[in-house]
Amino acid sequence: MRSPRIPYLLMLLLLTVAFSVAAWVEPQYQERQEVHSGDMMSFLLGDSRRLFANHFFVKADVYFHSGFYPTIFDNQQSFQTPHMAEDAGALKGHNEGDETAFMGPPLDFIEAFRRHFAPSSHTHLDEGGAQGTNGVNLDLGEKGGEVREILPWLKISAELDPNRIETYMVTAYWLRKRMGKVDEAEEFLREGLRANPNNPAILYELGRIYHEDRTNDVHAINLWELGVRKMDEQKSVKTEQDNFILFQLTLSLARVEEDRGNYARAIQWLEREKAVSPYPDVITKQIEDDRQKLADSQKSGADTPAKTGSQPP
Amino acid sequence: MNVIFAVAGVVIKEMYRRKDFYVLLILTVVITLLMGSINFFDDDKIARYLKEVCLMLIWVSSLVIAISTVARQLPMEKENRTIFPLLAKPISRAQLVTGKFLGCWLACGVALLCFYVFFGCLSFSRERHWFLLNYFQAATLHWAMLAIIIGMALLGSLVFAAPSSNGTICFVLVAGILLIGGYLNRVAMQTTEPGRSFVYAIYYIIPHLEIFNVQERMVHDWPLIEWKYYALAILYAAAYSAVFVFFSCRLFRRKALS
Repeated sequence: MRSPRIPYLLMLLLLTVAFSVAAWVEPQYQERQEVHSGDMMSFLLGDSRRLFANHFFVKADVYFHSGFYPTIFDNQQSFQTPHMAEDAGALKGHNEGDETAFMGPPLDFIEAFRRHFAPSSHTHLDEGGAQGTNGVNLDLGEKGGEVREILPWLKISAELDPNRIETYMVTAYWLRKRMGKVDEAEEFLREGLRANPNNPAILYELGRIYHEDRTNDVHAINLWELGVRKMDEQKSVKTEQDNFILFQLTLSLARVEEDRGNYARAIQWLEREKAVSPYPDVITKQIEDDRQKLADSQKSGADTPAKTGSQPP
Repeated sequence: MNVIFAVAGVVIKEMYRRKDFYVLLILTVVITLLMGSINFFDDDKIARYLKEVCLMLIWVSSLVIAISTVARQLPMEKENRTIFPLLAKPISRAQLVTGKFLGCWLACGVALLCFYVFFGCLSFSRERHWFLLNYFQAATLHWAMLAIIIGMALLGSLVFAAPSSNGTICFVLVAGILLIGGYLNRVAMQTTEPGRSFVYAIYYIIPHLEIFNVQERMVHDWPLIEWKYYALAILYAAAYSAVFVFFSCRLFRRKALS
Protein backbone atom coordinates (compact mmCIF):
# COMPACT_ATOMS: atom_id res chain seq x y z
CA MET A 1 0.00 0.00 0.00
CA ARG A 2 1.40 3.40 -1.05
CA SER A 3 2.03 5.93 1.67
CA PRO A 4 -0.08 9.10 1.26
CA ARG A 5 2.95 11.16 2.26
CA ILE A 6 5.06 10.19 -0.79
CA PRO A 7 3.77 12.98 -3.12
CA TYR A 8 4.43 15.56 -0.41
CA LEU A 9 7.90 14.18 0.23
CA LEU A 10 8.64 14.21 -3.50
CA MET A 11 7.47 17.80 -3.74
CA LEU A 12 9.68 18.71 -0.80
CA LEU A 13 12.64 17.00 -2.45
CA LEU A 14 12.05 18.90 -5.70
CA LEU A 15 11.79 22.19 -3.82
CA THR A 16 15.06 21.44 -2.04
CA VAL A 17 16.79 20.61 -5.33
CA ALA A 18 15.42 23.76 -6.96
CA PHE A 19 16.60 25.89 -4.01
CA SER A 20 20.07 24.27 -4.10
CA VAL A 21 20.44 24.82 -7.85
CA ALA A 22 19.33 28.44 -7.51
CA ALA A 23 21.79 29.01 -4.65
CA TRP A 24 24.56 27.52 -6.79
CA VAL A 25 23.75 29.31 -10.04
CA GLU A 26 22.98 32.80 -8.70
CA PRO A 27 26.51 33.72 -7.44
CA GLN A 28 28.04 32.43 -10.67
CA TYR A 29 25.59 34.45 -12.73
CA GLN A 30 26.33 37.60 -10.73
CA GLU A 31 30.08 37.04 -11.06
CA ARG A 32 29.71 36.58 -14.79
CA GLN A 33 27.65 39.74 -15.05
CA GLU A 34 30.36 41.70 -13.23
CA VAL A 35 33.21 40.28 -15.30
CA HIS A 36 31.55 40.78 -18.66
CA SER A 37 29.66 43.98 -18.02
CA GLY A 38 30.42 46.47 -20.76
CA ASP A 39 32.14 43.90 -22.98
CA MET A 40 29.69 43.58 -25.84
CA MET A 41 31.89 41.17 -27.83
CA SER A 42 32.08 38.71 -24.93
CA PHE A 43 28.38 39.00 -24.33
CA LEU A 44 27.46 38.40 -27.97
CA LEU A 45 30.05 35.84 -29.00
CA GLY A 46 31.14 34.18 -25.74
CA ASP A 47 34.24 32.07 -26.10
CA SER A 48 33.69 31.72 -29.83
CA ARG A 49 35.26 35.16 -30.22
CA ARG A 50 38.64 33.47 -29.76
CA LEU A 51 37.96 31.41 -32.89
CA PHE A 52 37.10 34.56 -34.81
CA ALA A 53 40.19 36.26 -33.39
CA ASN A 54 42.34 33.42 -34.69
CA HIS A 55 40.60 33.63 -38.05
CA PHE A 56 41.37 37.34 -38.37
CA PHE A 57 44.97 36.82 -37.23
CA VAL A 58 45.42 34.29 -40.04
CA LYS A 59 43.59 36.67 -42.37
CA ALA A 60 46.27 39.27 -41.67
CA ASP A 61 48.87 36.69 -42.76
CA VAL A 62 46.83 36.02 -45.91
CA TYR A 63 47.04 39.75 -46.64
CA PHE A 64 50.77 39.67 -45.87
CA HIS A 65 51.03 37.18 -48.76
CA SER A 66 48.62 39.13 -51.01
CA GLY A 67 46.15 36.26 -50.98
CA PHE A 68 48.63 33.53 -51.99
CA TYR A 69 47.87 31.22 -49.08
CA PRO A 70 47.09 27.52 -48.59
CA THR A 71 43.52 26.38 -48.02
CA ILE A 72 42.53 23.39 -45.91
CA PHE A 73 42.89 21.30 -49.06
CA ASP A 74 46.55 22.31 -49.59
CA ASN A 75 49.79 21.31 -47.89
CA GLN A 76 50.11 23.68 -44.91
CA GLN A 77 53.53 22.47 -43.70
CA SER A 78 55.24 25.70 -44.71
CA PHE A 79 52.51 27.91 -43.19
CA GLN A 80 52.14 26.39 -39.71
CA THR A 81 53.43 29.59 -38.13
CA PRO A 82 52.16 32.82 -39.72
CA HIS A 83 55.11 34.36 -41.56
CA MET A 84 54.29 37.88 -40.41
CA ALA A 85 54.55 36.66 -36.78
CA GLU A 86 57.76 34.73 -37.46
CA ASP A 87 59.34 37.73 -39.19
CA ALA A 88 58.30 39.92 -36.26
CA GLY A 89 59.94 37.52 -33.80
CA ALA A 90 56.65 37.04 -31.98
CA LEU A 91 56.39 33.29 -32.52
CA LYS A 92 58.90 30.52 -32.83
CA GLY A 93 58.78 29.19 -36.40
CA HIS A 94 57.61 25.66 -37.12
CA ASN A 95 57.45 25.96 -40.87
CA GLU A 96 58.91 23.26 -43.07
CA GLY A 97 59.10 22.68 -46.78
CA ASP A 98 58.77 24.92 -49.79
CA GLU A 99 56.44 27.84 -49.13
CA THR A 100 56.09 28.52 -52.85
CA ALA A 101 54.84 25.07 -53.81
CA PHE A 102 52.11 24.27 -51.27
CA MET A 103 49.58 23.65 -54.05
CA GLY A 104 51.68 20.93 -55.69
CA PRO A 105 51.32 20.16 -59.39
CA PRO A 106 47.79 20.58 -60.83
CA LEU A 107 45.81 17.34 -60.81
CA ASP A 108 43.91 18.01 -64.04
CA PHE A 109 43.36 20.56 -66.80
CA ILE A 110 40.57 22.37 -64.92
CA GLU A 111 42.83 22.97 -61.93
CA ALA A 112 45.68 24.05 -64.20
CA PHE A 113 43.34 26.50 -65.92
CA ARG A 114 41.91 27.77 -62.63
CA ARG A 115 45.37 28.68 -61.32
CA HIS A 116 45.72 31.36 -63.99
CA PHE A 117 42.95 33.29 -62.20
CA ALA A 118 44.24 33.02 -58.64
CA PRO A 119 47.25 34.61 -56.91
CA SER A 120 50.16 32.52 -58.08
CA SER A 121 53.43 33.54 -56.47
CA HIS A 122 54.84 33.84 -52.99
CA THR A 123 55.37 37.47 -52.03
CA HIS A 124 55.46 39.47 -48.81
CA LEU A 125 53.82 42.88 -48.48
CA ASP A 126 56.93 44.46 -47.00
CA GLU A 127 58.82 43.47 -50.15
CA GLY A 128 56.37 45.09 -52.55
CA GLY A 129 53.56 42.54 -52.56
CA ALA A 130 51.85 41.37 -55.72
CA GLN A 131 52.69 44.41 -57.83
CA GLY A 132 56.28 44.29 -56.70
CA THR A 133 56.74 40.97 -58.42
CA ASN A 134 55.66 42.41 -61.73
CA GLY A 135 58.45 44.93 -61.84
CA VAL A 136 55.96 47.78 -61.88
CA ASN A 137 57.37 50.89 -60.25
CA LEU A 138 54.48 51.94 -58.05
CA ASP A 139 54.40 54.14 -55.00
CA LEU A 140 54.53 51.49 -52.31
CA GLY A 141 54.12 53.92 -49.46
CA GLU A 142 56.63 54.63 -46.74
CA LYS A 143 59.23 52.27 -45.39
CA GLY A 144 57.06 49.20 -45.10
CA GLY A 145 55.50 49.18 -48.53
CA GLU A 146 51.90 48.03 -48.32
CA VAL A 147 52.33 46.28 -44.98
CA ARG A 148 49.75 48.65 -43.47
CA GLU A 149 47.09 46.47 -45.09
CA ILE A 150 47.47 43.75 -42.43
CA LEU A 151 46.71 46.18 -39.59
CA PRO A 152 42.87 46.23 -39.70
CA TRP A 153 42.68 42.47 -39.25
CA LEU A 154 45.18 42.51 -36.39
CA LYS A 155 43.26 45.28 -34.66
CA ILE A 156 39.99 43.34 -35.02
CA SER A 157 41.71 40.19 -33.77
CA ALA A 158 42.91 42.04 -30.66
CA GLU A 159 39.43 43.46 -30.08
CA LEU A 160 37.94 39.99 -30.21
CA ASP A 161 40.55 38.30 -28.06
CA PRO A 162 42.49 40.77 -25.88
CA ASN A 163 44.41 37.88 -24.30
CA ARG A 164 46.06 36.81 -27.54
CA ILE A 165 49.57 38.10 -26.90
CA GLU A 166 51.11 37.56 -30.32
CA THR A 167 48.59 39.95 -31.89
CA TYR A 168 50.05 42.85 -29.88
CA MET A 169 53.62 41.80 -30.61
CA VAL A 170 53.10 41.43 -34.35
CA THR A 171 51.13 44.66 -34.68
CA ALA A 172 53.65 46.66 -32.68
CA TYR A 173 56.57 45.25 -34.66
CA TRP A 174 55.13 46.17 -38.06
CA LEU A 175 53.90 49.54 -36.83
CA ARG A 176 57.25 50.67 -35.52
CA LYS A 177 59.77 48.80 -37.66
CA ARG A 178 58.17 49.13 -41.07
CA MET A 179 55.83 52.08 -40.78
CA GLY A 180 57.71 54.27 -38.34
CA LYS A 181 54.64 54.64 -36.09
CA VAL A 182 56.40 54.24 -32.76
CA ASP A 183 53.82 56.12 -30.68
CA GLU A 184 50.95 54.04 -32.09
CA ALA A 185 52.94 50.85 -31.47
CA GLU A 186 53.58 51.81 -27.83
CA GLU A 187 49.96 52.78 -27.31
CA PHE A 188 48.80 49.43 -28.70
CA LEU A 189 51.24 47.51 -26.51
CA ARG A 190 50.05 49.43 -23.46
CA GLU A 191 46.49 48.43 -24.36
CA GLY A 192 47.78 44.85 -24.39
CA LEU A 193 49.43 45.35 -20.99
CA ARG A 194 46.16 46.65 -19.55
CA ALA A 195 44.41 43.48 -20.73
CA ASN A 196 47.34 41.22 -19.73
CA PRO A 197 49.13 42.87 -16.79
CA ASN A 198 52.90 42.22 -16.64
CA ASN A 199 52.91 39.83 -19.56
CA PRO A 200 56.60 39.05 -20.31
CA ALA A 201 56.14 38.97 -24.10
CA ILE A 202 54.50 42.39 -24.21
CA LEU A 203 57.10 43.75 -21.81
CA TYR A 204 59.79 42.41 -24.13
CA GLU A 205 58.26 44.16 -27.15
CA LEU A 206 57.78 47.37 -25.16
CA GLY A 207 61.44 47.16 -24.12
CA ARG A 208 62.43 46.90 -27.76
CA ILE A 209 60.64 50.19 -28.45
CA TYR A 210 62.63 51.91 -25.70
CA HIS A 211 65.90 50.30 -26.76
CA GLU A 212 65.65 50.58 -30.55
CA ASP A 213 63.44 53.60 -31.14
CA ARG A 214 63.64 55.79 -28.06
CA THR A 215 67.30 54.88 -27.23
CA ASN A 216 66.39 54.72 -23.56
CA ASP A 217 68.35 51.63 -22.53
CA VAL A 218 67.72 52.01 -18.84
CA HIS A 219 63.97 51.89 -19.33
CA ALA A 220 64.35 48.97 -21.73
CA ILE A 221 66.47 47.05 -19.20
CA ASN A 222 63.90 47.66 -16.48
CA LEU A 223 61.10 46.39 -18.68
CA TRP A 224 63.03 43.30 -19.76
CA GLU A 225 64.06 42.52 -16.22
CA LEU A 226 60.49 42.80 -15.09
CA GLY A 227 59.63 40.39 -17.89
CA VAL A 228 62.20 37.86 -16.69
CA ARG A 229 60.98 38.23 -13.10
CA LYS A 230 57.39 37.65 -14.15
CA MET A 231 58.49 34.65 -16.17
CA ASP A 232 60.26 33.23 -13.09
CA GLU A 233 57.18 33.83 -10.95
CA GLN A 234 55.04 31.92 -13.41
CA LYS A 235 53.86 28.80 -11.62
CA SER A 236 52.58 26.82 -14.59
CA VAL A 237 54.86 24.63 -16.70
CA LYS A 238 56.74 26.70 -19.28
CA THR A 239 55.70 26.13 -22.85
CA GLU A 240 57.99 26.27 -25.86
CA GLN A 241 56.70 29.78 -26.56
CA ASP A 242 57.49 30.85 -22.96
CA ASN A 243 61.05 29.58 -23.37
CA PHE A 244 61.29 31.42 -26.69
CA ILE A 245 60.28 34.69 -25.02
CA LEU A 246 62.68 34.04 -22.12
CA PHE A 247 65.43 33.41 -24.66
CA GLN A 248 64.68 36.73 -26.38
CA LEU A 249 64.51 38.62 -23.09
CA THR A 250 67.84 37.27 -21.81
CA LEU A 251 69.49 37.69 -25.21
CA SER A 252 68.41 41.33 -25.38
CA LEU A 253 69.57 41.96 -21.80
CA ALA A 254 72.95 40.35 -22.52
CA ARG A 255 73.39 42.40 -25.72
CA VAL A 256 72.51 45.70 -24.11
CA GLU A 257 74.78 45.03 -21.14
CA GLU A 258 77.63 44.16 -23.53
CA ASP A 259 77.05 47.45 -25.34
CA ARG A 260 77.19 49.29 -22.04
CA GLY A 261 80.43 47.51 -21.10
CA ASN A 262 78.87 45.64 -18.17
CA TYR A 263 80.46 42.30 -19.11
CA ALA A 264 79.88 40.68 -15.73
CA ARG A 265 76.17 41.24 -16.02
CA ALA A 266 76.17 40.27 -19.67
CA ILE A 267 77.80 36.96 -18.74
CA GLN A 268 75.16 36.31 -16.12
CA TRP A 269 72.38 36.95 -18.61
CA LEU A 270 74.13 34.74 -21.16
CA GLU A 271 74.35 31.94 -18.59
CA ARG A 272 70.62 32.30 -18.13
CA GLU A 273 70.05 32.37 -21.88
CA LYS A 274 72.10 29.22 -22.44
CA ALA A 275 69.49 27.10 -20.69
CA VAL A 276 66.79 28.03 -23.18
CA SER A 277 68.85 28.71 -26.31
CA PRO A 278 68.57 26.39 -29.31
CA TYR A 279 72.32 26.96 -29.84
CA PRO A 280 74.00 26.54 -26.42
CA ASP A 281 77.44 26.09 -28.02
CA VAL A 282 77.28 29.54 -29.57
CA ILE A 283 76.30 31.02 -26.21
CA THR A 284 79.17 29.21 -24.50
CA LYS A 285 81.55 30.80 -26.97
CA GLN A 286 79.99 34.22 -26.37
CA ILE A 287 80.41 33.75 -22.62
CA GLU A 288 84.09 32.93 -23.11
CA ASP A 289 84.53 36.03 -25.27
CA ASP A 290 82.86 38.21 -22.66
CA ARG A 291 85.00 36.68 -19.91
CA GLN A 292 88.07 37.56 -21.96
CA LYS A 293 86.81 41.13 -22.44
CA LEU A 294 86.06 41.38 -18.73
CA ALA A 295 89.54 40.16 -17.85
CA ASP A 296 91.10 42.62 -20.33
CA SER A 297 89.13 45.54 -18.95
CA GLN A 298 90.04 44.62 -15.37
CA LYS A 299 93.71 44.24 -16.34
CA SER A 300 93.83 47.66 -17.93
CA GLY A 301 92.18 49.01 -14.80
CA ALA A 302 89.74 50.90 -16.93
CA ASP A 303 86.62 49.07 -16.07
CA THR A 304 83.57 50.98 -17.10
CA PRO A 305 81.86 52.43 -14.06
CA ALA A 306 78.74 50.49 -13.24
CA LYS A 307 75.77 52.11 -14.88
CA THR A 308 72.38 51.95 -13.44
CA GLY A 309 70.63 49.06 -15.06
CA SER A 310 70.12 45.40 -14.70
CA GLN A 311 70.56 43.43 -11.55
CA PRO A 312 72.15 39.99 -11.84
CA PRO A 313 69.55 37.32 -12.50
CA MET B 1 16.21 38.23 -83.19
CA ASN B 2 14.09 41.39 -82.81
CA VAL B 3 11.50 39.37 -80.94
CA ILE B 4 14.14 38.13 -78.49
CA PHE B 5 15.37 41.68 -77.92
CA ALA B 6 11.79 42.87 -77.41
CA VAL B 7 11.25 40.27 -74.66
CA ALA B 8 14.64 41.17 -73.16
CA GLY B 9 13.69 44.86 -73.15
CA VAL B 10 10.58 44.11 -71.12
CA VAL B 11 12.66 42.21 -68.55
CA ILE B 12 15.13 45.11 -68.25
CA LYS B 13 12.29 47.61 -67.76
CA GLU B 14 10.81 45.35 -65.11
CA MET B 15 14.12 45.28 -63.26
CA TYR B 16 14.52 49.01 -63.04
CA ARG B 17 10.91 49.40 -61.92
CA ARG B 18 11.52 47.03 -59.03
CA LYS B 19 13.31 48.25 -55.91
CA ASP B 20 15.63 45.25 -55.31
CA PHE B 21 18.55 46.70 -57.22
CA TYR B 22 18.34 50.17 -55.64
CA VAL B 23 18.06 48.76 -52.14
CA LEU B 24 21.05 46.47 -52.63
CA LEU B 25 23.14 49.23 -54.20
CA ILE B 26 22.35 51.65 -51.36
CA LEU B 27 23.06 48.96 -48.76
CA THR B 28 26.40 48.18 -50.41
CA VAL B 29 27.35 51.85 -50.49
CA VAL B 30 26.26 52.52 -46.91
CA ILE B 31 27.95 49.45 -45.41
CA THR B 32 31.16 50.09 -47.33
CA LEU B 33 31.27 53.76 -46.31
CA LEU B 34 30.59 52.83 -42.69
CA MET B 35 33.46 50.34 -42.80
CA GLY B 36 35.62 52.99 -44.42
CA SER B 37 34.97 55.40 -41.58
CA ILE B 38 36.73 53.13 -39.07
CA ASN B 39 40.11 54.51 -38.06
CA PHE B 40 43.00 52.03 -37.88
CA PHE B 41 46.13 53.57 -36.33
CA ASP B 42 45.48 56.95 -38.02
CA ASP B 43 46.32 55.54 -41.45
CA ASP B 44 43.92 56.69 -44.15
CA LYS B 45 45.67 54.78 -46.95
CA ILE B 46 44.56 51.35 -45.78
CA ALA B 47 42.37 50.16 -48.63
CA ARG B 48 42.36 46.43 -49.08
CA TYR B 49 40.02 45.43 -46.26
CA LEU B 50 37.55 47.96 -47.65
CA LYS B 51 37.91 46.62 -51.17
CA GLU B 52 37.33 43.10 -49.89
CA VAL B 53 34.17 44.09 -48.01
CA CYS B 54 32.88 46.05 -51.01
CA LEU B 55 33.56 43.22 -53.47
CA MET B 56 31.93 40.69 -51.17
CA LEU B 57 28.80 42.85 -50.98
CA ILE B 58 28.82 43.28 -54.75
CA TRP B 59 29.01 39.52 -55.25
CA VAL B 60 26.20 38.81 -52.79
CA SER B 61 24.03 41.56 -54.29
CA SER B 62 24.62 40.41 -57.85
CA LEU B 63 23.71 36.83 -56.95
CA VAL B 64 20.54 37.98 -55.22
CA ILE B 65 19.55 40.17 -58.18
CA ALA B 66 20.33 37.50 -60.78
CA ILE B 67 18.68 34.53 -59.09
CA SER B 68 15.64 36.36 -57.75
CA THR B 69 14.98 38.04 -61.12
CA VAL B 70 15.29 34.86 -63.19
CA ALA B 71 13.56 32.49 -60.83
CA ARG B 72 10.24 34.33 -61.03
CA GLN B 73 10.19 35.17 -64.77
CA LEU B 74 8.37 32.16 -66.27
CA PRO B 75 6.36 31.14 -63.15
CA MET B 76 4.98 34.72 -62.85
CA GLU B 77 4.01 34.78 -66.53
CA LYS B 78 2.15 31.53 -65.96
CA GLU B 79 0.57 32.62 -62.71
CA ASN B 80 -0.62 35.95 -64.11
CA ARG B 81 -1.72 34.17 -67.31
CA THR B 82 0.17 36.76 -69.37
CA ILE B 83 2.01 33.92 -71.03
CA PHE B 84 -0.98 33.07 -73.22
CA PRO B 85 -1.32 36.46 -74.99
CA LEU B 86 2.49 36.55 -75.18
CA LEU B 87 2.67 33.21 -76.99
CA ALA B 88 -0.33 34.11 -79.12
CA LYS B 89 1.93 36.64 -80.86
CA PRO B 90 4.33 35.37 -83.49
CA ILE B 91 6.87 34.21 -80.95
CA SER B 92 8.11 30.71 -80.31
CA ARG B 93 8.65 29.25 -76.89
CA ALA B 94 12.41 29.05 -77.53
CA GLN B 95 12.47 32.76 -78.40
CA LEU B 96 10.59 33.58 -75.21
CA VAL B 97 13.06 31.61 -73.08
CA THR B 98 16.07 33.09 -74.88
CA GLY B 99 14.59 36.58 -74.53
CA LYS B 100 14.07 36.09 -70.82
CA PHE B 101 17.65 34.86 -70.44
CA LEU B 102 19.05 37.77 -72.43
CA GLY B 103 16.93 40.33 -70.57
CA CYS B 104 18.02 39.07 -67.16
CA TRP B 105 21.66 38.92 -68.22
CA LEU B 106 21.65 42.45 -69.64
CA ALA B 107 19.83 43.76 -66.57
CA CYS B 108 22.49 42.17 -64.38
CA GLY B 109 25.12 43.80 -66.61
CA VAL B 110 23.62 47.24 -65.97
CA ALA B 111 23.52 46.54 -62.23
CA LEU B 112 27.12 45.30 -62.24
CA LEU B 113 28.24 48.41 -64.09
CA CYS B 114 26.84 50.61 -61.30
CA PHE B 115 28.40 48.42 -58.61
CA TYR B 116 31.84 48.34 -60.24
CA VAL B 117 31.84 52.09 -60.91
CA PHE B 118 31.32 52.57 -57.17
CA PHE B 119 34.07 50.04 -56.45
CA GLY B 120 36.46 51.82 -58.81
CA CYS B 121 35.78 55.21 -57.21
CA LEU B 122 36.24 53.71 -53.75
CA SER B 123 39.58 52.13 -54.71
CA PHE B 124 40.78 55.36 -56.29
CA SER B 125 39.80 57.41 -53.26
CA ARG B 126 42.19 55.34 -51.13
CA GLU B 127 44.90 54.14 -53.50
CA ARG B 128 45.08 57.13 -55.87
CA HIS B 129 45.57 54.74 -58.77
CA TRP B 130 43.20 53.46 -61.45
CA PHE B 131 43.52 49.78 -62.36
CA LEU B 132 41.00 50.16 -65.18
CA LEU B 133 41.88 47.02 -67.12
CA ASN B 134 41.83 44.97 -63.93
CA TYR B 135 38.37 46.33 -63.11
CA PHE B 136 37.27 45.54 -66.67
CA GLN B 137 38.50 41.95 -66.43
CA ALA B 138 36.93 41.42 -63.01
CA ALA B 139 33.57 42.92 -64.00
CA THR B 140 33.29 41.04 -67.31
CA LEU B 141 34.32 37.74 -65.74
CA HIS B 142 31.73 38.35 -63.04
CA TRP B 143 29.12 39.12 -65.69
CA ALA B 144 30.07 35.99 -67.65
CA MET B 145 29.64 33.92 -64.50
CA LEU B 146 26.21 35.45 -63.96
CA ALA B 147 25.25 34.20 -67.44
CA ILE B 148 25.84 30.62 -66.23
CA ILE B 149 23.87 31.24 -63.04
CA ILE B 150 21.00 32.86 -64.93
CA GLY B 151 20.90 29.88 -67.31
CA MET B 152 20.91 27.53 -64.33
CA ALA B 153 18.10 29.41 -62.56
CA LEU B 154 16.07 29.58 -65.78
CA LEU B 155 16.31 25.81 -66.16
CA GLY B 156 15.46 25.47 -62.48
CA SER B 157 12.33 27.61 -62.90
CA LEU B 158 11.05 24.99 -65.35
CA VAL B 159 11.97 22.03 -63.15
CA PHE B 160 10.98 23.17 -59.67
CA ALA B 161 7.44 24.00 -58.68
CA ALA B 162 7.91 27.36 -56.97
CA PRO B 163 10.32 30.30 -57.50
CA SER B 164 11.27 30.17 -53.80
CA SER B 165 12.46 26.56 -53.96
CA ASN B 166 14.29 27.24 -57.20
CA GLY B 167 15.97 30.30 -55.70
CA THR B 168 17.05 28.44 -52.57
CA ILE B 169 18.44 25.50 -54.53
CA CYS B 170 20.31 27.83 -56.88
CA PHE B 171 21.83 29.76 -53.97
CA VAL B 172 22.97 26.55 -52.28
CA LEU B 173 24.43 25.18 -55.52
CA VAL B 174 26.24 28.40 -56.40
CA ALA B 175 27.64 28.80 -52.87
CA GLY B 176 28.73 25.15 -52.85
CA ILE B 177 30.49 25.45 -56.21
CA LEU B 178 32.19 28.71 -55.25
CA LEU B 179 33.41 27.33 -51.92
CA ILE B 180 34.43 23.74 -52.67
CA GLY B 181 33.78 23.12 -56.38
CA GLY B 182 37.42 23.65 -57.25
CA TYR B 183 38.65 21.22 -54.62
CA LEU B 184 36.39 18.28 -55.42
CA ASN B 185 39.24 16.64 -57.35
CA ARG B 186 41.38 16.67 -54.21
CA VAL B 187 38.48 15.31 -52.17
CA ALA B 188 38.02 12.56 -54.78
CA MET B 189 41.70 11.59 -54.51
CA GLN B 190 41.21 10.83 -50.82
CA THR B 191 38.07 8.77 -51.39
CA THR B 192 37.82 5.10 -52.24
CA GLU B 193 35.90 3.70 -55.21
CA PRO B 194 33.09 4.02 -56.20
CA GLY B 195 32.94 7.33 -54.28
CA ARG B 196 36.03 8.60 -56.10
CA SER B 197 34.50 8.18 -59.59
CA PHE B 198 31.25 9.72 -58.37
CA VAL B 199 32.94 12.82 -56.91
CA TYR B 200 35.20 13.15 -59.94
CA ALA B 201 32.16 12.94 -62.23
CA ILE B 202 30.53 15.80 -60.29
CA TYR B 203 33.79 17.73 -60.53
CA TYR B 204 33.81 17.46 -64.32
CA ILE B 205 30.08 18.11 -64.77
CA ILE B 206 29.59 21.21 -62.64
CA PRO B 207 30.32 24.64 -64.08
CA HIS B 208 33.43 25.87 -62.28
CA LEU B 209 32.16 29.25 -61.16
CA GLU B 210 35.19 29.75 -58.89
CA ILE B 211 37.30 30.40 -62.00
CA PHE B 212 35.47 33.70 -62.43
CA ASN B 213 36.03 34.76 -58.84
CA VAL B 214 39.02 37.07 -59.14
CA GLN B 215 38.32 38.97 -55.93
CA GLU B 216 41.71 38.06 -54.42
CA ARG B 217 43.46 39.45 -57.48
CA MET B 218 41.46 42.66 -57.29
CA VAL B 219 41.87 43.17 -53.57
CA HIS B 220 45.63 42.61 -53.61
CA ASP B 221 46.32 44.42 -56.89
CA TRP B 222 47.70 41.44 -58.76
CA PRO B 223 48.72 42.07 -62.38
CA LEU B 224 46.29 41.45 -65.24
CA ILE B 225 45.15 37.95 -66.13
CA GLU B 226 46.67 36.86 -69.44
CA TRP B 227 44.17 37.76 -72.17
CA LYS B 228 44.20 34.29 -73.76
CA TYR B 229 43.07 32.70 -70.48
CA TYR B 230 40.55 35.49 -70.01
CA ALA B 231 39.10 34.76 -73.47
CA LEU B 232 38.99 31.03 -72.72
CA ALA B 233 37.07 31.72 -69.51
CA ILE B 234 34.52 33.83 -71.41
CA LEU B 235 34.12 31.00 -73.94
CA TYR B 236 33.71 28.51 -71.07
CA ALA B 237 30.92 30.66 -69.61
CA ALA B 238 29.28 31.04 -73.03
CA ALA B 239 29.33 27.29 -73.56
CA TYR B 240 27.74 26.48 -70.20
CA SER B 241 25.11 29.23 -70.58
CA ALA B 242 24.25 27.91 -74.05
CA VAL B 243 23.81 24.41 -72.64
CA PHE B 244 21.48 25.64 -69.89
CA VAL B 245 19.44 27.80 -72.30
CA PHE B 246 19.23 24.91 -74.77
CA PHE B 247 17.86 22.51 -72.15
CA SER B 248 15.50 25.24 -70.87
CA CYS B 249 14.10 25.68 -74.41
CA ARG B 250 13.70 21.92 -74.83
CA LEU B 251 11.94 21.58 -71.50
CA PHE B 252 9.69 24.59 -72.02
CA ARG B 253 8.66 23.36 -75.47
CA ARG B 254 7.15 20.21 -73.93
CA LYS B 255 5.74 21.82 -70.83
CA ALA B 256 1.98 22.16 -70.43
CA LEU B 257 1.12 25.77 -69.60
CA SER B 258 -2.38 25.34 -68.22
